[in-house]
Amino acid sequence: MDENLLLDAIERYRNGQMDDAERLFFEELRKNNPGIDQVASEHSFFLDELENMSEQKSFRQNLKQVQNKLRKEGILSEDDQPKSKVVYLWNRYRRTITVAAAIAGLISFSTATVISKYSENKKVAVITPLVDNKLNQFEHKLNQIEHKLNDATAIPAKPKFEANFRATGFLVDGSGYIITNAHVVQNAKNIIVENKKGDQFSAQPIYSNTTTDLAILKITDTSFKKISALPYTFPKTTAELAEPIFTLGYPREEVVYGEGYLSAKSGYYGDTASYQISISVNPGNSGGPVIDKDGEVIGIISSKETNADGVVFAIKSKNIYTALKEIRKDKDITIKLPTVNSLKDLDRVKQIKKLEDFVFKVKGN
Amino acid sequence: MKTIDQEKDLLIGLAANDTNAIETIYRENFATIRSFIIKNNGYPDDAYDIFQEAMIVLFEKAKSGSFNLSCQLQTYLYSICRRLWLKKLQKQNRYNPSIETIQEIVPVEDEIELHEKKDKDFLLMEGALKKIGEPCKSLLEAFYIEKKSMPEIASAFGYTNADNAKTQKYKCLVRLKKLFFAQYKNKE
Repeated sequence: MDENLLLDAIERYRNGQMDDAERLFFEELRKNNPGIDQVASEHSFFLDELENMSEQKSFRQNLKQVQNKLRKEGILSEDDQPKSKVVYLWNRYRRTITVAAAIAGLISFSTATVISKYSENKKVAVITPLVDNKLNQFEHKLNQIEHKLNDATAIPAKPKFEANFRATGFLVDGSGYIITNAHVVQNAKNIIVENKKGDQFSAQPIYSNTTTDLAILKITDTSFKKISALPYTFPKTTAELAEPIFTLGYPREEVVYGEGYLSAKSGYYGDTASYQISISVNPGNSGGPVIDKDGEVIGIISSKETNADGVVFAIKSKNIYTALKEIRKDKDITIKLPTVNSLKDLDRVKQIKKLEDFVFKVKGN
Repeated sequence: MKTIDQEKDLLIGLAANDTNAIETIYRENFATIRSFIIKNNGYPDDAYDIFQEAMIVLFEKAKSGSFNLSCQLQTYLYSICRRLWLKKLQKQNRYNPSIETIQEIVPVEDEIELHEKKDKDFLLMEGALKKIGEPCKSLLEAFYIEKKSMPEIASAFGYTNADNAKTQKYKCLVRLKKLFFAQYKNKE
């Protein structure tokens, strides 16, 4: 119980409850006895902390009370002028978009999209289509707000195309047919495709199959000039495991190259219409070509497993042939796939140089 | 605009935890802070949080007694809030270097740093006190915070005499100190 007595003495000293003689004695004791002195300073410090805590606690309670009271009185609440609201939104989104643009949609995966039709299993599907919706929702919002602001200040604004998604597509026929994913264009009212140079052409879907997730767009702009020789071909056979592959796509405003390998001959839950590939992709890569080292397009990127890294699914190219057959039957349009491969035996840099012009950004709203 | 003496009175009131002083400071400064935060990527609710934290900084300062306001209270509060908000944005990776300044500011780095340390200590002590449970918590609060005498405590808590209460209080104190210092030293 010695320490009890000591702590008691420390407290009485601290509170000024000692008489002069006792106080002097205690100070002397501390001076000559480092052990006691240490206990004394530690205990004083502790009591200080305890008191601070309780004072701060009651201060915080008072703060909250005052805040609630003033909020109720409406003194601290927002003045609701409509114009200031627009300015408020504008300020919010302007900042958000800066950051959002900087990270280029790297984190924007929607998790809820269910593609369970591929699977017999009742498990909730956890694959993400790789169309970039979120980033562009910000851009869209931003545009809207910009318009509102422009209206408010009575400056006539040019009607501008406001895209709210971005993905990838590539030519399958030089006369203006572009293949992409059905999930990219399924809800789009207007679609625009843009080549590497930034030339934009409006396009319309002539075919969309949500089961295979393939869609074919026709460039309708007259300014589009027919391209004669596509450099790649589309094999009807299945590619081999471990085959090195690469892709080009638009996860950003700029074209992005990525490479990987074929990791399985079937896709999500054994879906035989797809491959599983290992490659780094992001929203926006949807609809991009998966090309082997000889320049053959073996598939089209469609989705990735949400909870796993580098597990990506690509639709096998032979599905394109089926799609073209259906188009010929239903719409009487004949799309001719290229038959000559001019990428073979080139090094990768040259292959990409040749390819770039045929891979398009697909945007729309 | 307040005179220096009026502001001094406000700070004295604040240090004494006087709700009138708190209310006056809120009424006169909150609107500026709110518009600053909303202009800089924040929601109105962020403004409440930040302002509340700034008030705690001011409270600690006023309480320390060594505080001499070298600028207007408004400028000081604004500077604190601005710094706190920047830190919060930075933490959430929403920092934008072009953050707007609508007022003059004074350097408050040291204040914020001290505040962060104190805030940690506060949470530590609050947590330790919660952990030791009842009746220890109430017993220690009665003695060390409400400054009640041992005989009073003995009758309130149902101990047969003051000595019993004292022994019990000592046991609780040792436990609380152990909990607090274990974490305090961990943190260092």
